[in-house]
Amino acid sequence: MKHTLSPQRYLILLAVMLSASVGDTLLSHGMKQVGPVSIAHLGMLLVAMRNPWVVTGILCLLGFFASYLTALSWADLTFVLPATAFGYVVVAFLSKYWLHEAVSAYRWAGIVLIVCGVGFVANGPSLTQHPPVDESADVLTGGSK
Amino acid sequence: MIAAAPVEVSVFETWATILTVAATAVAGDVLTAAAMRRIGDLDIIRARSGLAGAVWAVVWNPLFLLGVLSMAVSFFSLLFTLSNVEVSLAAPASASLTFLGNAFAAKLFLKENVDRRRWLAALFVCAGVFLLSK
Repeated sequence: MKHTLSPQRYLILLAVMLSASVGDTLLSHGMKQVGPVSIAHLGMLLVAMRNPWVVTGILCLLGFFASYLTALSWADLTFVLPATAFGYVVVAFLSKYWLHEAVSAYRWAGIVLIVCGVGFVANGPSLTQHPPVDESADVLTGGSK
Repeated sequence: MIAAAPVEVSVFETWATILTVAATAVAGDVLTAAAMRRIGDLDIIRARSGLAGAVWAVVWNPLFLLGVLSMAVSFFSLLFTLSNVEVSLAAPASASLTFLGNAFAAKLFLKENVDRRRWLAALFVCAGVFLLSK
């Protein structure tokens, strides 16, 4: 049976794709303002927590984890993971157009491969249908009983 | 940030640490996915018990806690790896291996239907992540 997703669930997947990469980019921007943190000066991490870019980055990453867990509650891991990989593509675009970093031909080739990979699974079913199992059956050993 | 140290490490040690990062990351992903499958659809739980109820159901699930522990071990393994192995090899190699390992583990442990389409996706994403580091 083909599982199709509601528009709201596509929004959750969009949040999975965007929030991690935006969060990482914000953290990177903020930590460049804070300066290097060494093991001997871990107190600098507390200073970093007062930087608005760092705080927004952490909030984005919390949002990523929440949307990732939500997606895993109604879709397969092998369906959700390529969506998380799409974040690398977003990072490449953010680094080129916002941070003005050079993106090599290899990276563009990598982006094309990831987009193809995401396209493959996005066209398929989102969840494997299992026959109803005993409540006590363990998810990890479901097939070995 | 931990910089790549100029310490000579053997090929075995390099790949052993990279494999440790990938294996613990796969364990984290699979355990978390298994936890979410067992808890059930979070949208339904949120509608029934509110956001606090959904958060409560997740954070007290033993599989979820084991998954987070595995993710933490993976993170610290990555930090250890980065102190011995060049980041341009360690980061993409561990990320690529994690994508492939997850496809195997999802089929083996979660009984997901990893068909040709999903294998191709895992291979494409794996190769793509590696190329991004070039």
